[in-house]
Amino acid sequence: MRIAAQDGAEIFQGRFSLKKLHIPIEHMTLANGLRVVASPDRSAPVVTVGVYYQIGFRLEPRGRSGFAHLFEHMMFQGSENAGKMEHIRLINSSGGLLNGTTHYDITNYFESVPSNALERVLWLEADRMRALKVDDENLRNQRDVVKEEVRVNVMNQPYGGFPWLDLPPVAFRNWPNAHNFYGDFADLDAATLGDVRNFFHTYYSPNNAVLLMLGDFDAAEAFSLAKRYFEDIPASPLPPRADVTEPPQTEERFGEVPEKFGPLPAIAIGYTFPPRSSEEWYAAGIVDRVLHGGRAGRVHHRLVLEKQIAVEADGSADAIDANGPTQMVTRIFHKPEFTSEETIREFDNIVREVREQEISADELDSVKTKLRADYYSMLEGGMGSHMPRFGLMHYLACFTLFDGNPDRVNTVLDGFLEVTAARAQAVAQKYLVPHNRAVVARRPVAMGGAQ
Amino acid sequence: MNPITPANTHAQSASYPKTAPPLGPERPVAWPKRTVRTLPNGLQVVLAESHTFPKIGAQLFFRSGNAVVAHRSPGLAEMTATVVRTGTASRSSRWIEEHLRRMGADLGSHAGADNSAISISGLAEFSDGLLELVADLARNASFPDDEFERERRQRFEELRIERTTPGFLASERLRRVLFGRHPYAIIAPTAEQVADYQREQLLDFYRQHYVPADALLLIVGDFAIDAMFEQVEKVFGSWKAPQPEAPKFPAPPHHVGRHVHLVHLPGTVQTQVVLGNLAITRRDPDWYRVVLANAIYGGAFHSRLVLNIREQKGYTYSPRSGFNPLRQYGYFSVNAAVRNDVVAATLTEMFYEMDRMRSVPVTPEELDSARNYLTGVFSLGVATQDGLLGQLATVYLDRLLEGYLETYRERIRALEAQDVVAAARRHFDSANAQIIVVGDRAQVAEQAALFGPVTEYDTQGNQVSG
Repeated sequence: MRIAAQDGAEIFQGRFSLKKLHIPIEHMTLANGLRVVASPDRSAPVVTVGVYYQIGFRLEPRGRSGFAHLFEHMMFQGSENAGKMEHIRLINSSGGLLNGTTHYDITNYFESVPSNALERVLWLEADRMRALKVDDENLRNQRDVVKEEVRVNVMNQPYGGFPWLDLPPVAFRNWPNAHNFYGDFADLDAATLGDVRNFFHTYYSPNNAVLLMLGDFDAAEAFSLAKRYFEDIPASPLPPRADVTEPPQTEERFGEVPEKFGPLPAIAIGYTFPPRSSEEWYAAGIVDRVLHGGRAGRVHHRLVLEKQIAVEADGSADAIDANGPTQMVTRIFHKPEFTSEETIREFDNIVREVREQEISADELDSVKTKLRADYYSMLEGGMGSHMPRFGLMHYLACFTLFDGNPDRVNTVLDGFLEVTAARAQAVAQKYLVPHNRAVVARRPVAMGGAQ
Repeated sequence: MNPITPANTHAQSASYPKTAPPLGPERPVAWPKRTVRTLPNGLQVVLAESHTFPKIGAQLFFRSGNAVVAHRSPGLAEMTATVVRTGTASRSSRWIEEHLRRMGADLGSHAGADNSAISISGLAEFSDGLLELVADLARNASFPDDEFERERRQRFEELRIERTTPGFLASERLRRVLFGRHPYAIIAPTAEQVADYQREQLLDFYRQHYVPADALLLIVGDFAIDAMFEQVEKVFGSWKAPQPEAPKFPAPPHHVGRHVHLVHLPGTVQTQVVLGNLAITRRDPDWYRVVLANAIYGGAFHSRLVLNIREQKGYTYSPRSGFNPLRQYGYFSVNAAVRNDVVAATLTEMFYEMDRMRSVPVTPEELDSARNYLTGVFSLGVATQDGLLGQLATVYLDRLLEGYLETYRERIRALEAQDVVAAARRHFDSANAQIIVVGDRAQVAEQAALFGPVTEYDTQGNQVSG
């Protein structure tokens, strides 16, 4: 069924009338190549601002695993006019919250503040894009902090890093896709201030970034502020785009990771996703939602509710925010009385059904309705309840940096809603096959798993 | 100190302002259209319109949680809430889950110490169906045997995982120590207690406590208040049941002197350090003062504790402190996961910063910064549907003064440095703080013992020494 694309149109899907959401977006590119995207909304006196650089852990230097993330920490350590802790103090004392995160293909820095602090936030972000100013002591300090971050999230936690650190080294062969993104401690120790300087000069230039402003402001004024603070930061030549493609996979791949604390065996199964924005990409997005997405998803329903092999089973695909090889990943925590072979066999039955039979019109409609609801929820929040429109910012950034088109935030949903049962089945037949997947088992040491 | 290295500069610009631009004039918070009405059966209904996204979120609260059953069956309220969603007189678990997806909805049913709640969020176009489903679960849940057995087994396995998680073990021990015989002491059942649950007990809890008298229904989202209220009356109006008796609980113990409680988790490469003391609820007149004191101490990124043990010393990634208000009592806690060799150093700094708050007035800059922080973050917190729902839940569940939300920011702005010192002296109980350390005994026992007598526990909660 075709979904009308006119803004504000009342459209009918089955017997329900759908209200179509349209997000206002304005964008421009400054003389130095910095892209600026604004989405005004005067309903609450707050703004969310983000700067996204098109560099993530996929492209960090070899021998420096974990560096993109360590560098993200360094961006909070001081810039030309705002020394250590000044950035944080100025945002907090303006009534705002801030953070940064590192992903495969992007690193972001973002703030939510009362709207009277918009200009101050832009000054701070421009100051650190213009001139990072850090020393050896800052680097030593943040290296220690990052190690505690890795310990608290990975090494000292049951199922820490499962499966996001477990799968890539098994699934992929090209180092950018396959290494330890949080970083080996030896690599973190080896990082120098020279590395920090090089990384900054290579990737943190305005022509490799997008500035996003969302919320309570007038768009013309916001663009004028963006120009005032950012436009004279010089562009610099970017390195040629690195080759992150994977060699063709011809066999099923397996790995095992010992689980030091947790008592239950866990399995992650990843299928490499179709290329971004292809017809197959949209169809795979629907297949993902047929399999996953809570208790109604086939994986949870079969493994947890019906067969009761697993205690927890679900999955997802990070489709929109990846710009290179990525996977749809299923995570299963199963009861110890079942072997991982038995568990995978039942999972394979579910996958076989998706390949062999078209999904019903009712299931397809239902999956699309939930997809739409989740998309709206993500746009509104997406990072707790104190970062208004964080998700909208995130998607706008991805669509701008990867596709050159922020307006996709208003159209991408149509691509998913147009997928037919036949297209979903076809993509399942092509992609949900053993030679396109990797399986990693976490075996509890307490159960006699690998040491 | 190392000399500052040359700036990593793309370009110096002579015209770039050297200091941060001043804040512009503040815009007032735009309060949503909202109404509060109580149905004849006692159900209090709070509706607030928010039209930015075509969604709604609703929460139905019953003011009975795990505390009322802790003396006979810990966690029974949580297990009841878990099984509530798995069937009604006319609907199967599978139908419910598929129906939810057809409405683009997520459902949660949970119980804490004080409340049980059914929460739903979904597309506004399905408002009627969402509300009708919540009513059916609240009034006609059937507690199918097989669903109960399945959820019981899942809870059993979840508990096994929780007992290997440092953060859980620290919270569990802190609550045990602070609350003693008061039911707030128990945050999770044992495996044996889960094995003892009977379906009939769940049904009893449901019949007694899932009742409209004294219940609270909050709905925020893209709807018109009058039409929504009509719908609420239609699905909840005929519901009648007596209000359960308010339970009486033993008082928590009075703590004298510092005491260390070490939970031995073998093989850890990091130690969870927590300290805490009994404190106050949101209804206490000191509440705003402790919130402000906490923002300066360790409740914000730019707070003294974060600056000290993260940004200066690099002991930890995410230290935090907070006042945790429950309905009858509250408690203060300070938390950090640190590398094993700095456990004593971390505790020293935590106490140093507490004592500094108690003895030396905060600077005018810190005061101003923290007041701005709290009032600004408050504005952020009511700018999304989820955030607004959470704020409304706080106000109406705790029966705070009418106007709490509207006056919160001015009450914070009115506080001065002497308020902060006074609040810290009363509620940062440094001398009698209880210290929890979760880590490998061999790595941390000697360091912990520097701070008081040590009692040791295993991960199952059993005392093994001291």
